[in-house]
Amino acid sequence: MDMIRQIEAEECARIEEKRKFPTFSPGDTLRVQVRVTEGKRTRLQAFEGVCIARSGGGINENFTVRKISYGEGVERVFPIYSPMVEEVEVVRRGKVRRAKLYYMRDRRGKSARIAEATNARARKLNDEARAIASEARAAKAAEKQAQAASAENAEG
Amino acid sequence: MRSGVIAQKLGMTRVYNDAGEHVPVTVLRMENCQVVAQRTADRNGYSAVQLGVGFRKVKNVAKAQRGQFAQVSVEPKAKLCEFRVSEDNMIDIGAEITAEHFVPGQMVDVSGVTIGKGFAGVMKRHNFGGGRATHGNSVSHRAHGSTGQCQDPGKVFKNKKMAGHMGQTRVTTQNLQIVSTDVDRGLILVRGAVPGSKGAWIEVRDAVKSTLPDNAPKPAAIRSNSNGSATEAEAEAPATEGAE
Repeated sequence: MDMIRQIEAEECARIEEKRKFPTFSPGDTLRVQVRVTEGKRTRLQAFEGVCIARSGGGINENFTVRKISYGEGVERVFPIYSPMVEEVEVVRRGKVRRAKLYYMRDRRGKSARIAEATNARARKLNDEARAIASEARAAKAAEKQAQAASAENAEG
Repeated sequence: MRSGVIAQKLGMTRVYNDAGEHVPVTVLRMENCQVVAQRTADRNGYSAVQLGVGFRKVKNVAKAQRGQFAQVSVEPKAKLCEFRVSEDNMIDIGAEITAEHFVPGQMVDVSGVTIGKGFAGVMKRHNFGGGRATHGNSVSHRAHGSTGQCQDPGKVFKNKKMAGHMGQTRVTTQNLQIVSTDVDRGLILVRGAVPGSKGAWIEVRDAVKSTLPDNAPKPAAIRSNSNGSATEAEAEAPATEGAE
Protein backbone atom coordinates (compact mmCIF):
# COMPACT_ATOMS: atom_id res chain seq x y z
CA MET A 1 0.00 0.00 0.00
CA ASP A 2 1.42 3.38 -0.86
CA MET A 3 2.08 5.90 1.87
CA ILE A 4 -0.80 8.25 1.01
CA ARG A 5 -3.40 5.48 1.28
CA GLN A 6 -1.78 4.29 4.48
CA ILE A 7 -2.05 7.76 6.01
CA GLU A 8 -5.67 8.02 4.90
CA ALA A 9 -6.49 4.61 6.38
CA GLU A 10 -4.90 5.61 9.69
CA GLU A 11 -6.84 8.86 9.73
CA CYS A 12 -10.10 6.96 9.04
CA ALA A 13 -9.32 4.49 11.83
CA ARG A 14 -8.51 7.32 14.26
CA ILE A 15 -11.83 9.04 13.63
CA GLU A 16 -13.82 5.81 13.53
CA GLU A 17 -12.45 4.92 16.95
CA LYS A 18 -14.31 7.89 18.42
CA ARG A 19 -17.67 7.29 16.79
CA LYS A 20 -19.01 4.62 14.46
CA PHE A 21 -21.95 5.12 12.16
CA PRO A 22 -24.54 2.43 11.48
CA THR A 23 -24.66 0.99 7.95
CA PHE A 24 -26.89 3.16 5.80
CA SER A 25 -27.50 3.63 2.10
CA PRO A 26 -29.40 6.00 -0.20
CA GLY A 27 -33.13 5.99 0.48
CA ASP A 28 -32.73 5.78 4.25
CA THR A 29 -34.08 8.56 6.43
CA LEU A 30 -31.31 9.79 8.72
CA ARG A 31 -30.97 12.04 11.73
CA VAL A 32 -27.49 13.58 11.58
CA GLN A 33 -26.15 15.24 14.73
CA VAL A 34 -23.78 18.04 13.73
CA ARG A 35 -21.53 19.93 16.12
CA VAL A 36 -22.23 23.65 15.92
CA THR A 37 -19.99 26.23 17.58
CA GLU A 38 -21.64 29.52 18.52
CA GLY A 39 -19.12 31.84 20.10
CA LYS A 40 -17.53 29.63 22.74
CA ARG A 41 -20.40 27.22 23.26
CA THR A 42 -20.75 24.05 21.21
CA ARG A 43 -23.99 22.15 20.86
CA LEU A 44 -25.47 19.43 18.66
CA GLN A 45 -27.83 20.31 15.87
CA ALA A 46 -29.95 17.64 14.22
CA PHE A 47 -30.49 17.52 10.48
CA GLU A 48 -33.13 15.00 9.54
CA GLY A 49 -33.83 13.98 5.97
CA VAL A 50 -33.44 11.38 3.26
CA CYS A 51 -29.97 10.24 2.22
CA ILE A 52 -30.02 10.67 -1.56
CA ALA A 53 -26.40 9.80 -2.39
CA ARG A 54 -23.13 8.48 -1.08
CA SER A 55 -20.09 9.46 -3.08
CA GLY A 56 -16.33 9.26 -2.95
CA GLY A 57 -14.25 6.63 -1.22
CA GLY A 58 -11.96 6.24 1.74
CA ILE A 59 -11.43 9.41 3.71
CA ASN A 60 -13.07 11.42 0.91
CA GLU A 61 -16.45 9.70 1.22
CA ASN A 62 -19.52 11.95 1.57
CA PHE A 63 -23.24 11.47 1.92
CA THR A 64 -25.96 13.89 0.86
CA VAL A 65 -29.06 14.40 3.01
CA ARG A 66 -32.12 16.14 1.59
CA LYS A 67 -35.06 17.52 3.50
CA ILE A 68 -37.94 19.88 2.87
CA SER A 69 -37.64 22.85 5.21
CA TYR A 70 -40.57 25.34 5.25
CA GLY A 71 -41.57 24.22 1.75
CA GLU A 72 -38.06 24.65 0.39
CA GLY A 73 -35.78 21.73 -0.45
CA VAL A 74 -32.50 21.77 1.49
CA GLU A 75 -29.55 19.49 0.81
CA ARG A 76 -26.47 19.11 2.95
CA VAL A 77 -23.34 17.13 2.15
CA PHE A 78 -21.50 15.61 5.10
CA PRO A 79 -18.07 14.00 4.94
CA ILE A 80 -18.29 10.55 6.53
CA TYR A 81 -15.08 11.09 8.50
CA SER A 82 -15.69 14.65 9.64
CA PRO A 83 -15.40 14.92 13.43
CA MET A 84 -18.09 17.63 13.16
CA VAL A 85 -20.62 14.87 12.47
CA GLU A 86 -21.08 13.34 15.90
CA GLU A 87 -23.77 10.79 15.24
CA VAL A 88 -25.94 9.34 12.51
CA GLU A 89 -29.17 7.61 13.40
CA VAL A 90 -31.19 5.65 10.86
CA VAL A 91 -34.83 6.63 11.38
CA ARG A 92 -36.26 4.55 8.57
CA ARG A 93 -34.85 2.24 5.92
CA GLY A 94 -36.15 2.95 2.42
CA LYS A 95 -36.65 0.67 -0.55
CA VAL A 96 -35.04 2.22 -3.64
CA ARG A 97 -33.61 0.92 -6.90
CA ARG A 98 -30.90 3.50 -7.51
CA ALA A 99 -27.66 4.56 -5.86
CA LYS A 100 -28.29 8.26 -6.56
CA LEU A 101 -31.79 9.58 -5.87
CA TYR A 102 -31.39 12.90 -7.67
CA TYR A 103 -34.88 12.44 -9.15
CA MET A 104 -36.16 13.37 -5.68
CA ARG A 105 -35.27 16.99 -6.48
CA ASP A 106 -38.06 17.17 -9.03
CA ARG A 107 -40.65 15.55 -6.78
CA ARG A 108 -42.95 17.15 -4.25
CA GLY A 109 -45.52 15.67 -1.84
CA LYS A 110 -46.99 12.28 -2.56
CA SER A 111 -44.61 11.39 -5.40
CA ALA A 112 -41.60 12.14 -3.19
CA ARG A 113 -42.35 9.24 -0.85
CA ILE A 114 -40.04 6.26 -0.47
CA ALA A 115 -41.45 2.87 0.50
CA GLU A 116 -40.05 1.38 3.68
CA ALA A 117 -37.77 -1.62 3.33
CA THR A 118 -39.05 -4.44 5.49
CA ASN A 119 -36.89 -7.24 4.17
CA ALA A 120 -34.50 -9.43 6.14
CA ARG A 121 -31.50 -7.23 5.33
CA ALA A 122 -33.15 -4.10 6.74
CA ARG A 123 -34.15 -6.00 9.87
CA LYS A 124 -30.62 -7.28 10.34
CA LEU A 125 -29.10 -3.82 9.86
CA ASN A 126 -31.60 -2.31 12.30
CA ASP A 127 -30.68 -4.91 14.92
CA GLU A 128 -26.98 -4.19 14.41
CA ALA A 129 -27.54 -0.45 14.69
CA ARG A 130 -29.51 -0.96 17.88
CA ALA A 131 -26.72 -3.09 19.35
CA ILE A 132 -24.10 -0.45 18.48
CA ALA A 133 -26.26 2.32 19.94
CA SER A 134 -26.84 0.46 23.20
CA GLU A 135 -23.10 -0.29 23.44
CA ALA A 136 -22.27 3.37 22.92
CA ARG A 137 -24.81 4.34 25.58
CA ALA A 138 -23.31 1.82 28.02
CA ALA A 139 -19.81 3.14 27.29
CA LYS A 140 -20.96 6.71 27.88
CA ALA A 141 -22.64 5.74 31.15
CA ALA A 142 -19.51 3.91 32.29
CA GLU A 143 -17.42 6.96 31.45
CA LYS A 144 -19.74 9.20 33.43
CA GLN A 145 -19.57 6.80 36.40
CA ALA A 146 -15.79 6.71 36.18
CA GLN A 147 -15.70 10.49 36.13
CA ALA A 148 -18.00 10.70 39.11
CA ALA A 149 -15.88 8.15 40.98
CA SER A 150 -12.67 10.05 40.21
CA ALA A 151 -14.32 13.29 41.34
CA GLU A 152 -15.33 11.60 44.63
CA ASN A 153 -11.79 10.31 45.05
CA ALA A 154 -10.44 13.79 44.49
CA GLU A 155 -12.84 15.13 47.12
CA GLY A 156 -11.92 12.32 49.53
CA MET B 1 20.20 30.14 10.42
CA ARG B 2 19.37 26.43 10.61
CA SER B 3 19.81 23.94 7.85
CA GLY B 4 16.83 22.86 5.80
CA VAL B 5 16.14 19.34 4.58
CA ILE B 6 15.52 17.58 1.28
CA ALA B 7 12.34 15.54 1.01
CA GLN B 8 10.39 13.69 -1.62
CA LYS B 9 6.84 14.75 -2.44
CA LEU B 10 4.48 11.78 -2.09
CA GLY B 11 1.18 13.49 -2.85
CA MET B 12 -1.71 15.22 -1.16
CA THR B 13 -4.43 14.08 1.21
CA ARG B 14 -6.56 15.52 4.01
CA VAL B 15 -6.48 15.24 7.78
CA TYR B 16 -8.79 16.54 10.47
CA ASN B 17 -7.39 18.64 13.30
CA ASP B 18 -8.47 18.66 16.94
CA ALA B 19 -11.12 21.29 16.27
CA GLY B 20 -12.67 18.95 13.70
CA GLU B 21 -11.67 21.15 10.76
CA HIS B 22 -10.46 19.57 7.56
CA VAL B 23 -6.85 20.43 6.63
CA PRO B 24 -5.50 19.78 3.12
CA VAL B 25 -1.93 18.51 3.43
CA THR B 26 0.99 17.58 1.20
CA VAL B 27 2.94 14.54 2.40
CA LEU B 28 6.73 14.82 2.15
CA ARG B 29 9.08 11.97 2.98
CA MET B 30 12.66 12.30 4.22
CA GLU B 31 14.59 9.16 3.58
CA ASN B 32 18.13 8.74 4.78
CA CYS B 33 18.85 12.49 4.81
CA GLN B 34 22.52 12.83 5.80
CA VAL B 35 25.15 15.54 5.85
CA VAL B 36 27.62 14.79 3.06
CA ALA B 37 29.94 17.80 3.23
CA GLN B 38 30.57 21.03 5.09
CA ARG B 39 31.44 24.41 3.62
CA THR B 40 33.33 26.63 6.01
CA ALA B 41 34.25 30.29 5.96
CA ASP B 42 38.00 29.49 6.10
CA ARG B 43 37.96 27.08 3.23
CA ASN B 44 35.06 28.18 1.02
CA GLY B 45 34.33 31.74 2.11
CA TYR B 46 30.84 30.88 3.37
CA SER B 47 29.32 28.37 5.74
CA ALA B 48 26.86 25.75 4.57
CA VAL B 49 26.10 22.05 4.80
CA GLN B 50 25.63 19.76 1.86
CA LEU B 51 22.85 17.25 2.45
CA GLY B 52 22.06 14.11 0.51
CA VAL B 53 18.92 11.98 0.42
CA GLY B 54 17.76 8.69 -0.97
CA PHE B 55 19.82 5.81 -2.28
CA ARG B 56 21.78 5.39 -5.48
CA LYS B 57 23.40 2.25 -6.80
CA VAL B 58 27.17 2.45 -6.55
CA LYS B 59 27.55 1.31 -10.17
CA ASN B 60 25.56 4.37 -11.32
CA VAL B 61 27.75 6.86 -9.48
CA ALA B 62 30.62 8.48 -11.34
CA LYS B 63 34.05 7.53 -10.05
CA ALA B 64 34.80 11.07 -8.90
CA GLN B 65 31.62 11.25 -6.83
CA ARG B 66 32.25 7.74 -5.52
CA GLY B 67 35.51 9.08 -4.14
CA GLN B 68 33.79 12.01 -2.48
CA PHE B 69 31.24 9.74 -0.78
CA ALA B 70 33.96 7.27 0.22
CA GLN B 71 36.05 10.02 1.79
CA VAL B 72 33.25 10.85 4.26
CA SER B 73 31.99 7.22 4.56
CA VAL B 74 28.45 8.03 3.44
CA GLU B 75 26.37 5.84 1.12
CA PRO B 76 25.90 7.39 -2.35
CA LYS B 77 22.85 9.68 -2.44
CA ALA B 78 20.20 10.18 -5.09
CA LYS B 79 20.03 13.94 -4.57
CA LEU B 80 22.48 16.44 -3.14
CA CYS B 81 21.72 19.95 -2.02
CA GLU B 82 23.46 22.77 -0.13
CA PHE B 83 21.88 24.77 2.66
CA ARG B 84 23.45 27.95 4.06
CA VAL B 85 23.78 27.76 7.83
CA SER B 86 25.24 30.07 10.45
CA GLU B 87 28.48 28.79 11.96
CA ASP B 88 26.93 27.81 15.31
CA ASN B 89 24.40 25.64 13.45
CA MET B 90 26.98 23.56 11.61
CA ILE B 91 26.19 19.82 11.59
CA ASP B 92 28.74 17.00 11.65
CA ILE B 93 29.37 15.02 8.48
CA GLY B 94 27.40 11.76 8.39
CA ALA B 95 24.72 12.93 10.82
CA GLU B 96 21.22 11.89 9.75
CA ILE B 97 18.53 14.55 10.07
CA THR B 98 15.09 13.31 11.12
CA ALA B 99 11.60 14.67 10.50
CA GLU B 100 11.51 16.10 14.04
CA HIS B 101 13.69 18.90 12.65
CA PHE B 102 10.44 20.82 12.15
CA VAL B 103 7.93 21.32 14.94
CA PRO B 104 4.18 21.25 14.23
CA GLY B 105 2.81 24.75 13.76
CA GLN B 106 6.03 26.30 12.51
CA MET B 107 6.22 27.99 9.12
CA VAL B 108 8.47 26.76 6.34
CA ASP B 109 9.47 27.84 2.85
CA VAL B 110 9.27 25.06 0.29
CA SER B 111 11.09 24.97 -3.04
CA GLY B 112 10.58 22.62 -5.94
CA VAL B 113 10.52 22.44 -9.70
CA THR B 114 6.95 22.93 -10.95
CA ILE B 115 5.20 20.56 -13.32
CA GLY B 116 6.01 21.46 -16.95
CA LYS B 117 3.08 22.74 -19.00
CA GLY B 118 4.84 22.90 -22.37
CA PHE B 119 4.15 25.74 -24.82
CA ALA B 120 1.16 27.47 -23.25
CA GLY B 121 -1.06 30.25 -24.60
CA VAL B 122 -1.54 33.58 -22.89
CA MET B 123 -4.84 32.65 -21.25
CA LYS B 124 -3.23 29.79 -19.37
CA ARG B 125 0.20 31.37 -18.92
CA HIS B 126 -0.68 34.94 -17.94
CA ASN B 127 -4.40 34.74 -17.13
CA PHE B 128 -5.40 36.90 -20.10
CA GLY B 129 -9.11 37.20 -20.80
CA GLY B 130 -9.09 35.99 -24.41
CA GLY B 131 -11.66 37.03 -26.97
CA ARG B 132 -15.42 36.63 -27.26
CA ALA B 133 -16.91 33.24 -27.97
CA THR B 134 -19.58 34.54 -30.39
CA HIS B 135 -20.83 37.80 -31.96
CA GLY B 136 -18.91 37.35 -35.19
CA ASN B 137 -15.56 36.49 -33.62
CA SER B 138 -13.23 34.78 -36.06
CA VAL B 139 -10.25 32.61 -35.00
CA SER B 140 -9.24 34.81 -32.05
CA HIS B 141 -10.99 33.23 -29.10
CA ARG B 142 -7.85 32.65 -27.05
CA ALA B 143 -5.55 35.23 -28.70
CA HIS B 144 -3.68 37.91 -26.74
CA GLY B 145 -4.77 40.91 -28.85
CA SER B 146 -2.49 43.86 -29.52
CA THR B 147 1.16 43.72 -28.46
CA GLY B 148 1.89 47.46 -28.61
CA GLN B 149 1.56 50.73 -30.48
CA CYS B 150 2.29 51.79 -34.11
CA GLN B 151 5.31 53.09 -36.06
CA ASP B 152 6.37 54.95 -32.93
CA PRO B 153 7.90 53.03 -31.00
CA GLY B 154 7.83 50.56 -33.87
CA LYS B 155 8.77 47.56 -31.76
CA VAL B 156 7.37 45.23 -29.16
CA PHE B 157 8.68 46.10 -25.70
CA LYS B 158 10.76 43.56 -23.88
CA ASN B 159 9.05 41.34 -21.29
CA LYS B 160 5.73 41.64 -23.15
CA LYS B 161 3.56 38.82 -21.86
CA MET B 162 3.09 36.34 -24.66
CA ALA B 163 2.62 32.64 -25.25
CA GLY B 164 5.60 30.43 -24.50
CA HIS B 165 7.04 27.76 -22.32
CA MET B 166 5.33 27.44 -18.96
CA GLY B 167 6.24 25.48 -15.85
CA GLN B 168 9.31 23.40 -15.01
CA THR B 169 10.83 26.34 -13.18
CA ARG B 170 12.10 26.44 -9.64
CA VAL B 171 9.44 27.96 -7.42
CA THR B 172 9.52 28.73 -3.69
CA THR B 173 6.27 28.84 -1.75
CA GLN B 174 6.67 30.84 1.43
CA ASN B 175 5.03 30.37 4.82
CA LEU B 176 3.47 26.94 4.66
CA GLN B 177 2.54 25.48 8.02
CA ILE B 178 3.86 22.17 9.34
CA VAL B 179 0.83 20.11 10.40
CA SER B 180 2.62 17.12 11.87
CA THR B 181 5.74 14.99 11.55
CA ASP B 182 6.40 11.27 11.81
CA VAL B 183 9.97 10.33 12.69
CA ASP B 184 9.72 6.57 12.16
CA ARG B 185 8.52 6.88 8.58
CA GLY B 186 10.27 10.20 7.96
CA LEU B 187 7.05 12.00 7.04
CA ILE B 188 6.41 15.74 7.10
CA LEU B 189 2.84 16.93 6.57
CA VAL B 190 2.68 20.48 5.22
CA ARG B 191 -0.53 22.44 4.98
CA GLY B 192 -1.47 23.29 1.40
CA ALA B 193 0.11 22.66 -1.96
CA VAL B 194 3.82 22.31 -2.71
CA PRO B 195 5.38 22.96 -6.16
CA GLY B 196 6.44 19.87 -8.11
CA SER B 197 5.12 16.54 -9.21
CA LYS B 198 4.76 13.41 -7.08
CA GLY B 199 8.16 11.89 -6.48
CA ALA B 200 9.95 15.20 -6.99
CA TRP B 201 12.70 16.37 -4.65
CA ILE B 202 11.61 19.28 -2.49
CA GLU B 203 13.72 21.59 -0.32
CA VAL B 204 12.13 22.52 2.98
CA ARG B 205 13.68 25.26 5.11
CA ASP B 206 12.63 27.50 8.00
CA ALA B 207 10.51 30.40 6.77
CA VAL B 208 12.50 33.61 6.26
CA LYS B 209 9.46 35.78 6.99
CA SER B 210 8.34 34.07 10.21
CA THR B 211 10.13 33.60 13.51
CA LEU B 212 11.39 30.15 14.41
CA PRO B 213 9.67 28.65 17.47
CA ASP B 214 11.92 28.28 20.54
CA ASN B 215 11.45 24.52 20.80
CA ALA B 216 12.84 23.86 17.32
CA PRO B 217 15.94 21.62 17.67
CA LYS B 218 19.26 23.36 17.02
CA PRO B 219 21.43 22.83 15.06
CA ALA B 220 19.20 20.00 13.79
CA ALA B 221 17.20 16.96 14.87
CA ILE B 222 19.75 14.17 14.47
CA ARG B 223 19.08 10.44 14.66
CA SER B 224 20.99 9.28 17.71
CA ASN B 225 21.28 5.52 17.17
CA SER B 226 21.93 5.70 13.45
CA ASN B 227 23.72 2.77 11.87
CA GLY B 228 27.45 2.36 12.07
CA SER B 229 28.30 4.54 9.08
CA ALA B 230 27.31 7.73 10.91
CA THR B 231 29.50 7.04 13.94
CA GLU B 232 32.33 6.11 11.65
CA ALA B 233 31.91 9.36 9.78
CA GLU B 234 31.96 11.31 13.02
CA ALA B 235 35.17 9.61 13.99
CA GLU B 236 36.61 10.37 10.60
CA ALA B 237 35.48 13.99 10.44
CA PRO B 238 38.23 15.36 12.71
CA ALA B 239 40.77 13.28 10.78
CA THR B 240 39.83 14.88 7.47
CA GLU B 241 39.86 18.31 9.06
CA GLY B 242 43.36 17.61 10.30
CA ALA B 243 44.41 16.68 6.78
CA GLU B 244 43.22 19.99 5.36
